[in-house]
Amino acid sequence: MTDFLYFWNHFAFVILMVSGLFIIITSQNYIKKIVGLAIFQTSVFVFFVSLAKIIDGTAPILNSVNNVYSNPLPHVLILTAIVVGVATSALGLAIVLQIYKNYGSVEENEIKKEELKENS
Amino acid sequence: MTNESLLILGLLTPLFAAFGSYCFKNNINVRDSFGVIGGVITFLISLKIFNGLQAEEQYVINLFTLFNGVDFLFNITPLGSIFSLVASSLWILASIYTVGYMRGAGEKNQTRFVIFYSIAIHAALAIAWSGNLLMLFIFYEILTFSTFPLVGHKQDAESQAAGRVYLSILVGTSLVLFLPAIFWVWLETGSLNFTPGGILEGKFPTEYLIFLVAMLVFGIGKAAIMPIHRWLPAAMVAPTPVSALLHAVAVVKAGVFSFLMVVVYIIGPDYLLQSKASNWLVWLSSFTILTASIIAISKDDLKARLAYSTISQLSYIILGAALATTFALKGASFHIITHALGKITLFFCAGAIYVTAHVKKISELGGLGFKTPMIFFAYTLGALSIIGVPPLIGSWSKLFLVIGSLEADFLFVAILLGISSLLNIYYLLQPVFIAFNKKNIKNINITKAPLTIWPPVITGVGCLFLFFFSNYFLNIINGVVA
Amino acid sequence: MNIFLDDAPALVVVLPLLIAAIIAFIPSSRLAWFITIVTLVFHLSLSVELFQNFSSFGTIIYEFGNWPPPWGISFKLDGVNIGLQLLFSAFVLVTTIYSRKIFLSEIDPEDSGKAYSLWLLAIGSLNGIILTNDIFNLFVFLEISALSSISLISLGAGTNRKALLAAFNYLVIGAIGATFYVIGVGFAYAMTGTLNMNDLIIQLSQYSEGQLAIFAGMSFMLIGLMVKSAVFPLHLWLPPAYSYAPSAVSTLFAALATKAILIFFVRILYEVFSIYNGYLEIFLDYILLPLSLIAIFVGTIIAIYQNDIKKLLAYSSIAQIGYITLAFSINDNSGVLAGFVHIFNHALIKGGLFMAVGYLAISLNDRVTLESIEGYGQKYPITSYALLVCGLSLIGLPLTNGFISKLYIFQALYSNEMFLTIGLVALSSALAVIYFWKIVEKLFFSSKGYEATSEDPAIYIPIWIIALSIIYFGIFSSSIVEFSSIASESLILGGSN
Repeated sequence: MTDFLYFWNHFAFVILMVSGLFIIITSQNYIKKIVGLAIFQTSVFVFFVSLAKIIDGTAPILNSVNNVYSNPLPHVLILTAIVVGVATSALGLAIVLQIYKNYGSVEENEIKKEELKENS
Repeated sequence: MTNESLLILGLLTPLFAAFGSYCFKNNINVRDSFGVIGGVITFLISLKIFNGLQAEEQYVINLFTLFNGVDFLFNITPLGSIFSLVASSLWILASIYTVGYMRGAGEKNQTRFVIFYSIAIHAALAIAWSGNLLMLFIFYEILTFSTFPLVGHKQDAESQAAGRVYLSILVGTSLVLFLPAIFWVWLETGSLNFTPGGILEGKFPTEYLIFLVAMLVFGIGKAAIMPIHRWLPAAMVAPTPVSALLHAVAVVKAGVFSFLMVVVYIIGPDYLLQSKASNWLVWLSSFTILTASIIAISKDDLKARLAYSTISQLSYIILGAALATTFALKGASFHIITHALGKITLFFCAGAIYVTAHVKKISELGGLGFKTPMIFFAYTLGALSIIGVPPLIGSWSKLFLVIGSLEADFLFVAILLGISSLLNIYYLLQPVFIAFNKKNIKNINITKAPLTIWPPVITGVGCLFLFFFSNYFLNIINGVVA
Repeated sequence: MNIFLDDAPALVVVLPLLIAAIIAFIPSSRLAWFITIVTLVFHLSLSVELFQNFSSFGTIIYEFGNWPPPWGISFKLDGVNIGLQLLFSAFVLVTTIYSRKIFLSEIDPEDSGKAYSLWLLAIGSLNGIILTNDIFNLFVFLEISALSSISLISLGAGTNRKALLAAFNYLVIGAIGATFYVIGVGFAYAMTGTLNMNDLIIQLSQYSEGQLAIFAGMSFMLIGLMVKSAVFPLHLWLPPAYSYAPSAVSTLFAALATKAILIFFVRILYEVFSIYNGYLEIFLDYILLPLSLIAIFVGTIIAIYQNDIKKLLAYSSIAQIGYITLAFSINDNSGVLAGFVHIFNHALIKGGLFMAVGYLAISLNDRVTLESIEGYGQKYPITSYALLVCGLSLIGLPLTNGFISKLYIFQALYSNEMFLTIGLVALSSALAVIYFWKIVEKLFFSSKGYEATSEDPAIYIPIWIIALSIIYFGIFSSSIVEFSSIASESLILGGSN
């Protein structure tokens, strides 16, 4: 039990990651897939940021009182990753918009029906 | 002239001839003479090389290394010089014949024909003079690609279908079987160079040799062993100069020549004999000899009959290679010369009959012998040579093959060769009998075409004449199996 | 000039990115194309400069902002990626010259200028993947290249709206792959505290026994990279993406994108994780090798049944990537050598094939299928013969560079006594002849009598440059083999400096 409490961040990471993946795989709606992707990516952010915390560490700004600081590097990495995630979501949504214009729907099964009609 | 420059000149001359024909495409006499001149030059060079090899000269050119252990290498072996002599000498006659035939039959696109013909001869010479198995493969493929436009020359539906069969069988077998076999040899031995005595002994696992032999004999599709023989009759839709030179001399000989080279200079006859890896091939080639002869009997179209006769005769050479004894190999090597001479005579005659009398079928030959006696005189000589009757040169190679089969304790093969000769008598001489049959004389207009008649007469008489000079050939053939 | 050249490693990446930003605002597509060409010529000269630098001085390490490792991000040019860097610059230039008319026919002319902006983004980021020495930096470049390639692929919607679905699919799968990779980076960082590859090797040595966290991290990283480089069974995004994209885009990506990622994949495998020999062997023998073999057969067999030629080439690419990973899964010098040789050769072959097919498609409004190219051997002879040369190289005819690749792969398999694999590879080569023959038959052996149209030299000259280089490297293969052996030696002899 104590292990669970101690490593709660890892469990949170895993639960979020798997939820995100589940949404991506099972959704029929493309916008929901993008949401799932965002959740999946957020789980990684949680993981990284949670790694940064050092026990008894304070904010990583030099001062004369403390000498244990939390690690700023993962935060920096995650800033980059968040930007990447935003760009990915934005691009995904733009493509979904184009799909809607072309197919009239953003549901996967309806689009598949359109494709079958087109092929035959 | 140094040996190297002789070799290079020999290889380049057909290419120059092709180029010359292209440049002078508007002056048909000049264009067509390039083949003849090229033929004379390459023949003289081949002759010089043939003699030089007997005097222990070396003709080697190593341009650069392609990859580990394999160079861009030319190295003339005794067997190679035989092949190049045959190809170049017959090229002269075939070029003269082509003029007569193409003009007499009014064929179109003659320039394209002459150009690819010359390139094909170049490929054949390069195969003859290649120094290792990869070079042979490269020029083998070039030969396929350069003869393809010749097979499909007429560009009608039948020729296109034939071209497709031709290309797919030859390219397919060479890529799927021949090339992997080459890889295998290289992987096991690290080299592909043709060496007297072979390079496999001691390095190649003997239990797998039988598979290598199978891959090679079926991969070298030009040797037309059954069931890889379908392309040969299909290619007969081409104009007869193609059938004559290429499918009686250059292309098919390149096939059996390649197989002989592999047996003599890569596997090594002793190693092959020891391992008994080719015994099954003795059976298969015997089967091909017999079956092709039987099919030939059933054919009424003269060229088709000659095509199946060729398939049968090629298997003689493969049989000799499979037996791998001294006399068998000598017979096989000699058969390259004798069969080429005899078969080209027959094909020339078939083409001459078409040009002069517009007849393709044997049943329609009635009485023609009286109108065009020279053609049938040449035909008879060629046929007798192939049947193996002395004093024609074909009798020597058959004799050696019979002795070779006895040497290898294959009595039934010797008997088979006899049976095959009997079948040959029937299907090769039947046209002559029909032609001189007084009962069925038809009224046919004869077109004059002397240029189509003299070449077969020359080669036919050659079969007779060279019998008395066989010693000359036997010297170098002994060098092959030394 | 000296200032420029000192920063050359950075410039080859940064310059295309900067110019991309500028081009986005230029209205005229012709001017945009021209600026792109100028940039890429400069890029090529920088690559040549780098190569000369490498030959004289050895490995080049460039530190961004002069922060020393392991604090700063660095780029590394060593034996492993110098060859690909040169090939990349040259190939990209040729493709860009080729792309002008193709873009004009497949994309709305108004947008084609902006397409070059995306094009340069893709080029800059791919070059970053080749050069980077920092594992998180790789993720950044991976994502930039993914985003730009997705946008470029979706430009194919002008011709066929399925491009949008393909792009979306690639977006989702690619993002999952990249995120897996980042999870792996997270584990690696958590255990070692460094992101620099050289430092990672040093830090990992303190865990000589290996820990579960490290193995988990390694697995995530490797799987993520396998998704991005389309190793079976994580390849499903590739066929639709490459076949519905505009032809110039397919050319660039089929030839180079997966290769750049594979080079990094091999680096991680052999440099960083070679410490854990047991894990490496299990991964190579039980995962990479079987998957490669399956990829080869699945790719080839599905290609045989394809009617759409671009899809056929895409599945053929999957098979070829299978050959590369097969070679890399052989844990010794000869295998890695064969892998690098095939990376170079396949880039040329696939590039040439997609270029030729792209030109044949220009006159067609719909998909390039086997029926639609019937008789094009006569209609577009120059391009069709170039396609023939590239196709012959694909099946491995001697005198083409495909033969050299097959040679080295066979040699590597043979010297490791993997005879069954040799048989399987030979079998797959024979199968490849089938789909190649189908294309050749439709092109050259049909009964439609077309008149030869005059072909645009601006298009067929780049195609023939590639075709001639295929023949050149088939005969004089020593330069490629040398590059590859430098690469394999610096990998196997235990990570460079």
